[in-house]
Amino acid sequence: MSVKKKIENLLVTANRRLNSEYFELILQSNESLPGILPGQFAELKVDHTEHTFLRRPISFYDVNTDKSEVHLLIQEVGEGTRRLGQLEAGEFLNMIYPLGHSFTITEGTTFLLVSGGVGIAPMLLLGRKLKEAGKTPVFLFGFRSEKQWFDLSRFEALGEVFITTEDGSIGEKGLVTSHRVMNTGRFDGYYTCGPVPMMKAVSSIAASRDIFCEASLENTMACGIGACLTCAQPTVHGMKMACTDGPVFNTKELLW
Amino acid sequence: MVDMQVNIGKLVLKNPVTTASGCFGYGSEYTDFMDISRLGAVFTKAVTGENREGNPAPRMAETPSGMLNSVGLQNKGVDYFIEHIYPVLRQYDTVFIANVSGSTLDEYVEVAGKINDLSGIPAIELNISCPNVKKGGMVFGTNRQSAAEVVKAVRKVYDKTLIIKLSPNVASIPDFAKTAEGAGADAISLINTLLAMAIDAEKRKPVLATVTGGLSGPAVKPVALRMVWEAYHSVSIPVIGIGGISNATDAIEFLLAGATAIQVGTANFIDPQVSVKILEGLKEYMERHHFSSVSQITGNLEMPEGFERFRPKTF
Repeated sequence: MSVKKKIENLLVTANRRLNSEYFELILQSNESLPGILPGQFAELKVDHTEHTFLRRPISFYDVNTDKSEVHLLIQEVGEGTRRLGQLEAGEFLNMIYPLGHSFTITEGTTFLLVSGGVGIAPMLLLGRKLKEAGKTPVFLFGFRSEKQWFDLSRFEALGEVFITTEDGSIGEKGLVTSHRVMNTGRFDGYYTCGPVPMMKAVSSIAASRDIFCEASLENTMACGIGACLTCAQPTVHGMKMACTDGPVFNTKELLW
Repeated sequence: MVDMQVNIGKLVLKNPVTTASGCFGYGSEYTDFMDISRLGAVFTKAVTGENREGNPAPRMAETPSGMLNSVGLQNKGVDYFIEHIYPVLRQYDTVFIANVSGSTLDEYVEVAGKINDLSGIPAIELNISCPNVKKGGMVFGTNRQSAAEVVKAVRKVYDKTLIIKLSPNVASIPDFAKTAEGAGADAISLINTLLAMAIDAEKRKPVLATVTGGLSGPAVKPVALRMVWEAYHSVSIPVIGIGGISNATDAIEFLLAGATAIQVGTANFIDPQVSVKILEGLKEYMERHHFSSVSQITGNLEMPEGFERFRPKTF
């Protein structure tokens, strides 16, 4: 069922700074890429330092099969991601990929893709897959402030984009769940990625409307391949692993 | 050509490089990255009497040169193991050693007895040292009397190679190594994780849901090395060295300290191919140092002048 996982050194072809917190890494394989689905992730090797030891799980932002390139959108949150942010074109990055269970393309025509902060990362590839499947993706992105905003034209090419910020510095002021687009009945389902309270709120709106909803979790993990059993997620079907059973789960299954 | 074969009790391993329980799943998690039949053995994730959901999340904290875990022996129980996992393991040309745990003496005996009937599992590793469960585990491994009782009871129902996994959370490793040997163990393996804690200063909260967990990774290596060295000089049964082994040099250090074989644990999470790299590095070391057999390395440590004989430290 699943594509064979690879461990490989990929060439950094670009590291673009998107804003003060986010950067986009473009990595090239010298082989043809394995099938990569929206919501799947890679485990990135960071140098072993005083503060970093384990790999960093990062979801795929975009894939260019023709050029054998993957794009990763990363937020600097600590020493590990800060080091990844310092990578320069020409360097190599060791990566285990593709990992995890992807978002599901399901019945229906119009879907709202709701993210908070760096949870925006898997939404580009997902939006593209939805569009390719003949569906209409609509994006709703929550940011803390304008500082987290960046050029969203790649999303705009795929569908409508709505933005909220907590301080109102750009887009509508407030949380994604209070945005007017969430209060319309035009969607057949939601896909969400971001802080757990936000995803829970999106999930309960989906439940109240009795529509499909999938969430991508980012439970703390070590191996990413189902061996260490640390990224445990309680579900109605018992304890599941975010790395292999997820990171994407149907929200009806989650006990959170 | 160097001879990599080692003997642990009745068990013959093709080489001394094995993977540690809880760090390599049931082997199949790693087959995309390496040929697991190259390993001396794979120690499975712990098997208990009944299904266990394990501990609540977060179960992991990254720490300097290591990590804490509080998985809590999550597994589907021995009957599920026999019915669903064992048939899969049999498909590989790899020695699988089941790690056996429990909350009570009866549970250890039940699981060991059931696994004794599996012709494809030639040995068990008795886990009396898990720090992440309220009952059993380390409770047995940190009290000499209960350690002796559980080993003796399991020995009665288990006639293949019995390895006892020791806890580092004790004052005297020699005491527990001797206890295991005296109770009928064929070998001992050490160390399990060190009981530890991580705190998030910003949130003023413990990082793990269980507050404490087990520390593993390179951070524990020097402690483990000392304990393996003490154990080797305390018993005459083979010692399997575990603790932060991340490369061939680490593995060789454990062999020199007295280990007959080694287990690679946390390092598998960072490099899923590390165990085969260790095996290759060990062969290269043996050729360079003109060892014809890996058993020649075990305990082959030149001690400082005047250090006449081993005197295990007691605290």
